[in-house]
Amino acid sequence: MPIATMPGAAPRGASPARKRARAGESRAALWIGRLVVLAGAFTMLVPFWFMFVFATHSNSEILSMPPPLWFGHSLGDNLRDLLERLPTFWWNLLWSLWVGVATTALNLFFCSLAGHAFALLDFAGKERLYAAIMLTMLLPGFIFMVPTALTMSWLGWTNEHRSLIVPGACGALGIFLMRQYIESAIPRDLVEAARLDGCSEFAIWWRVVLPLLGPALGTLALITFIGSWNNFIGPLVVLRDMDRYTLPLALRSLQGSGQTPWGALCAGAAIAVLPLLVLFAFTSRRLIAGLTAGAVKH
Amino acid sequence: MKRKPWIPARWAPYVFISPFFILFGAFGLFPLLFSIVLSFHQWDPVAGITGMHFVGLDNFAYALMRDDWLRKAMFNTLWIALVSGIPQHLVALPLAWFLNRAFGRWRNAVTGAYFLPFITSTVAISLVFSSLFSKDFGLVNAAFAALREVPVLGWLMPGQSIDWNQPGYTKWMISAVVFWRYVGWNTVLYMSAIQTIPGDLLEAAQIDGASARQRFLHIVLPLLKPMVFFAVTLSIIGNLQLFEEPFILTGGTGGIDQAGKTAAMHMYAVAFMDGDFGTASAIAWLLFLMISGATWINKRLLGARA
Repeated sequence: MPIATMPGAAPRGASPARKRARAGESRAALWIGRLVVLAGAFTMLVPFWFMFVFATHSNSEILSMPPPLWFGHSLGDNLRDLLERLPTFWWNLLWSLWVGVATTALNLFFCSLAGHAFALLDFAGKERLYAAIMLTMLLPGFIFMVPTALTMSWLGWTNEHRSLIVPGACGALGIFLMRQYIESAIPRDLVEAARLDGCSEFAIWWRVVLPLLGPALGTLALITFIGSWNNFIGPLVVLRDMDRYTLPLALRSLQGSGQTPWGALCAGAAIAVLPLLVLFAFTSRRLIAGLTAGAVKH
Repeated sequence: MKRKPWIPARWAPYVFISPFFILFGAFGLFPLLFSIVLSFHQWDPVAGITGMHFVGLDNFAYALMRDDWLRKAMFNTLWIALVSGIPQHLVALPLAWFLNRAFGRWRNAVTGAYFLPFITSTVAISLVFSSLFSKDFGLVNAAFAALREVPVLGWLMPGQSIDWNQPGYTKWMISAVVFWRYVGWNTVLYMSAIQTIPGDLLEAAQIDGASARQRFLHIVLPLLKPMVFFAVTLSIIGNLQLFEEPFILTGGTGGIDQAGKTAAMHMYAVAFMDGDFGTASAIAWLLFLMISGATWINKRLLGARA
């Protein structure tokens, strides 16, 4: 902070000195700014902190004033309480995993195929078809809510997890990411050489392109899995029975009437959020780059 | 030896991209078209497809003229969209600029803290928030009470514990959570755009004596205009269809006096609580028109030559 007093002492007139004075001025501002931004970052993390802290406290401790700020000893009790209120909890967790893994696997397959076509092949109507796919990203999700529920009930897919997996099996964002990556990372000569050797297009994709797609596949897998794991509206309109619920639906059902079991609820929420935190800790840069890639291009 | 491929080479690209179009046709386009048809019909789903009666624009007329809850929900939606949306961008723009130049190797860690809410389960975290916003034991009120002791800042704090479930406060609570969830996303969008600005441009300005603020206002901000347009467009589309946060924070009901019910929540209730799929479809398309209109206005304001 003492630096803030510097500018007044700086000699006037000479332009290099003035520049230095300015630099000094901004150094104080820089530190204040850093503190404010760090305080903001800290505030963003506060809800996560209390989710984990409350998961280890009994309801009466959570409801006391001031509320607990550090971990307690009731994690086991809360988990038992959670399983008592939600006997299907482990199934719900399993369904969330299953839907996430299946959706991700299908997206990796279909999107990399489509990305291959858009990046490496020339065909009539290519750019128009591509633009049409990109446009679908702008369709707001809620207009699908009612008709999707009805479509699934006609197909007899209500309560079936395939009603979540199949419609989400080939996302537009995935096609975009794959096209971008293949265009920038796959040497055309390599593809040409394989073609001259008589490889079918499918073989080129499988033997030449796919092995080089590692980073892009990783990014797409992350984005798809996280999206599926957090999906609430989709399951809300197609899943009916508790033992078919995915995790977010199951957690929400704890919210019912009467006294909310905060400890158990936070324990459940922590289980739903913890895998994401772990994933994020190791992959945040790649994840952010993948999610913003589309925006920078446009 | 040349083997005969099982897909003729000419057809390969179309086969490769067909999964998207097949899936979108079945689970995107068909539902959309059906929803348009449905919006002109009254339908009792129990009676099957024969239970559909053409009613013309009745569903739209009902939704627009007589459905008071829809009007209220539209108002709530706009309110929350503006109160949570505008601060998001006002904070994210300078924050992105500052994060980008002031944190060196800590940049990714600090950015990550802001971005984290965006990728976590809305439902899980909204449930946690409903505890933080409790009247008597909630941390938000506890924080306000603590800040009341601080001079100057204390004067701005409310005099007593706020009951966030009262109609006057519900929308503030929802907006705060929405702000918390998306401010990092917008920051990251702006950061990625700032990183495409040529370094020499900023360096030259710095050598000429432009302060960080001047560089931000006169170089960065004008160059970010296309990204501002894009990010605001995403905010409009996202905020006007807000569903999960208010749904969880109000226990699925919309709150006392429906003060926290959004248009998408109302559509959900009309369809799945009242079983009126025709009116719900009409509401969906009205909301779609509203979003298109807002996006168009945004294009006129910010899109200009982009």
